[in-house]
Amino acid sequence: MSIPSAVPFSEEELTRIRADFPILDRTVRDGKPLVYLDSGATSQKPFVVLDAEREFYERHNSAVHRGAHQLSEEGTELYEDARATIASFVGAQPAEVVFTKNATEGLNLAAYAFSNGAHGGGGGTGSRFALGSGDEVLVTEMEHHANLIPWQELTRRTGATLRWVPVTEDGRLDLTDLESLLTERTKVFAFTHTSNVLGTVNPVRELADRAHAAGAVAVLDACQSVPHLPVNVSDLRVDLMAWSGHKMLGPLGIGVLWGRPEILDEMPVFLTGGSMIETVTMEGSTYAPVPQKFEAGVPMAAQAIGLGVAAQYLGELGMDRVAAHEEVLCAHLLKELAQRPWVHVIGPEAGPDRGGTVAFVVDGVHAHDVGQVLDADGVAVRVGHHCAWPLHRRFGVAATTRATVAAYSTLGEIDAMLASLDRVPELFGVDT
Amino acid sequence: MDLYQELILEHSKRPHRAGLREPFDAEVHHVNPTCGDEVTVRVDLDGDVVKDLSYDALGCSISVASASVLSEQVTGHSVREALEAYTAMRSMLTSKGEDPGDEAVLGDGVAFAGVARYPARVKCALLGWTAFTDALARTGVDITLPEPVAEKG
Repeated sequence: MSIPSAVPFSEEELTRIRADFPILDRTVRDGKPLVYLDSGATSQKPFVVLDAEREFYERHNSAVHRGAHQLSEEGTELYEDARATIASFVGAQPAEVVFTKNATEGLNLAAYAFSNGAHGGGGGTGSRFALGSGDEVLVTEMEHHANLIPWQELTRRTGATLRWVPVTEDGRLDLTDLESLLTERTKVFAFTHTSNVLGTVNPVRELADRAHAAGAVAVLDACQSVPHLPVNVSDLRVDLMAWSGHKMLGPLGIGVLWGRPEILDEMPVFLTGGSMIETVTMEGSTYAPVPQKFEAGVPMAAQAIGLGVAAQYLGELGMDRVAAHEEVLCAHLLKELAQRPWVHVIGPEAGPDRGGTVAFVVDGVHAHDVGQVLDADGVAVRVGHHCAWPLHRRFGVAATTRATVAAYSTLGEIDAMLASLDRVPELFGVDT
Repeated sequence: MDLYQELILEHSKRPHRAGLREPFDAEVHHVNPTCGDEVTVRVDLDGDVVKDLSYDALGCSISVASASVLSEQVTGHSVREALEAYTAMRSMLTSKGEDPGDEAVLGDGVAFAGVARYPARVKCALLGWTAFTDALARTGVDITLPEPVAEKG
């Protein structure tokens, strides 16, 4: 996706931003300053988010959407205001935003809707949600397990067939055979916006249009895009989009499933119980309108309110500027790694369709060992398969070391990681 | 770094007795799902003696070195001695640094004492050992240890 040429943060701005994140001040491993390059796993939280959660518990704690007392009224208003803020952050309407526990739950909600529909349950009305044998679900080889296993299970439950778009050697979707993969049999095409390993930003609008031309529902995993790029649902043209709050400076335990109104209306429910009903008798029940029908039980109001504040914070920074800032960091890291012949990056070269996620392999040294050396120097990265095991298998590696940046990351942190990385070959007796 | 003792690096670069061998009584394949490390372990028993332990370890230096030490510590020993070594290794690794390990039981395994302070790596160090006890169980031998005898008055 093309990013308008916004100005990256100045050093003074970055200093001010970092002062908003208390954890960035702490030291680790015997007094070393924390160098946090694991924001792709979870981002750090600014004071305003922490304060918002605390204030909810101190002043307004109540079961929202229940009770007629003042606390419940205040809590409900704050909760619904948060929904509106988050909707506006991605160019959507409040009623199109469903709060979930995390992105994984959002994607499972979607996947279960299709099998509930197949059994005529869940109060759904759309035939598109009735999956059966002969139908197909299309995913890609670069998916996080959260956007793969729910579809594997869905096809197993319904007798439908799972297919996938392969990945090229340079880490992009191989769309050569898309025509034969995406056909009138395809009911769902689920893919990621930005790969959590390769950093690849996929051509979402083109893929969504192709899905619609085949009559499929387009489901987007936006976990690694919403926190890092300007995202507008009407530009993307997908039908459903899930992302997590904790990767976008928000609290843990909150995620979002956005859906086009007609899709959400037709979609069968997933979790059932309190709050999501219209009428209940011993024989059966009818369900509330969207979004309530997808929010069973007392919701995580404090987290939702914290997430609303996080969206507001990012909005004030300017997502175009966040993207420009991260592009500078990523380009610097990729350039530096390219000068080290003993390091191999998996993923595309630097550019606007490349997010701030850089996974690499050090010749002859396992990622766990690389991560341990970095950790000893206070540098936090992720090591392993990053919940994308098939993708790692595709590249013939068991594990990679992954550095990911966020709005508060600095060039100095990238350099600190590189300095630590340069200790690795000698320590493990590998020639450079 | 206290984690990467010279002995561990030596074992990981040149793992002892590596490779899968015939004959064997049981074979198991264990993985560490958080990082994708894998180990295949074969045991060949002669009565109650571990005649051969052969393995194929794919993973980080800690998991490979640990499999190498495992093969050294149990091959040629009785099942009971091998299980005592496993218990000692597990106790040391899960002690958070309290148990330095007994060299008489663990041999080069004591080099792994530092791993106990890195909870994320304990699983790497135990991968081969856990696979070994699983393989033993599959041969049909009893893998429960008698209660430890009070000693060292």
